[in-house]
Amino acid sequence: MISALLIVFREVIEAGLIVGIVLAATTGVPLRGRAVALGVGGGLLGACLVAAFAGELANLFEGSGQELFNAAILLLAVAMLTWHNVWMASHGREMARELKAAGHQVVTGERTLTALAIVVGVAVLREGSEVVLFLYGIAAQGGTTATAMVAGGGLGLVAGGLMSGLMYFGLLTIPAGKLFGVTSGLITLLAAGMAAQAVIFLQNGGWLLYFTGTLWDTGWLLKEDSISGKLLHTLVGYSQAPNGAQLIAYLATIVGIVLLMKMVNQRHQTGPRVKHA
Amino acid sequence: MKKLILALLFAVTPALAAEPIVVHLKGHKFYPSTIKVKANQPSMITLFNDDATADEFDSPSLKVEKVVGGHSKGNIRLRALPPGKYPFMGEFHASTAQGVVIAE
Repeated sequence: MISALLIVFREVIEAGLIVGIVLAATTGVPLRGRAVALGVGGGLLGACLVAAFAGELANLFEGSGQELFNAAILLLAVAMLTWHNVWMASHGREMARELKAAGHQVVTGERTLTALAIVVGVAVLREGSEVVLFLYGIAAQGGTTATAMVAGGGLGLVAGGLMSGLMYFGLLTIPAGKLFGVTSGLITLLAAGMAAQAVIFLQNGGWLLYFTGTLWDTGWLLKEDSISGKLLHTLVGYSQAPNGAQLIAYLATIVGIVLLMKMVNQRHQTGPRVKHA
Repeated sequence: MKKLILALLFAVTPALAAEPIVVHLKGHKFYPSTIKVKANQPSMITLFNDDATADEFDSPSLKVEKVVGGHSKGNIRLRALPPGKYPFMGEFHASTAQGVVIAE
């Protein structure tokens, strides 16, 4: 039962943290609860579909379908996170200024909420399909141990939900003025880690086989599949033995997002002071 | 930029190792559980999952996470590995499904 709890918890950490960060990043935006719930629901539905068709998916693209699929949805999430950060950099200030203009708020909020709901959906889909396969596997074996294992898995899911709560309420203790900066930073690192992971999936599928040599190995210090390793893997993209291509993707994503944010922010400050409707 | 990425992705066809190494997963154990590969050159494992339910071939040191469904198979590409030992496991049954890749 404990082993099932740990396996499921390890799988849902990523989705749990992402939900927490998204909730904190959208503080004050109406309908965000609905958007996150839609993301989770859609992700779960997708996870069941992926689990049911795991075999068919794997056979696509000369046996590299699973890798390509994982890389594609990770890159989609990277794009959505980038969009959110850039959009917030250009409009966030007005949003804060006109927080009381409710009508305006709904419009600005909904735009980027869609992107973040997709990010949540992708996170739930990716990890969820493995949880579904794992729990289905032990349930299919039957017997009392199976019941205990499924119960353990259920507790693992609850623990993942608590993770969201911890992340969310932890972030909310940050003063409102600094919260935007912190969540943008977290989202940038989240995106960089996902981009690096997408590169690994592409390489495992047989593509992008450049700079595959390991740069360093910190596996002796922190294993990537331990709970704390998994936490850091999600939050800052920790990899115990990164290769060159992974590092390039990681750094390029950070530089790209920061530059884009700077660009739109500057254009906004130097441009004519028009009030955005 | 997009074109360049697409070109990179698809002009480079998947690098195939000469002979895939066949590994079976049965009763949540790997046969063989010790897999020897040549160091510094890519190789491929074809994993046949003979069990009824799925498992995930998982190895942080090999950088592989691959779900293989029940009664199906999956190809696992290994990059050129420096000499050394690379443990792997079937994540859903980690108490029994353990193995190691030895590059030499």
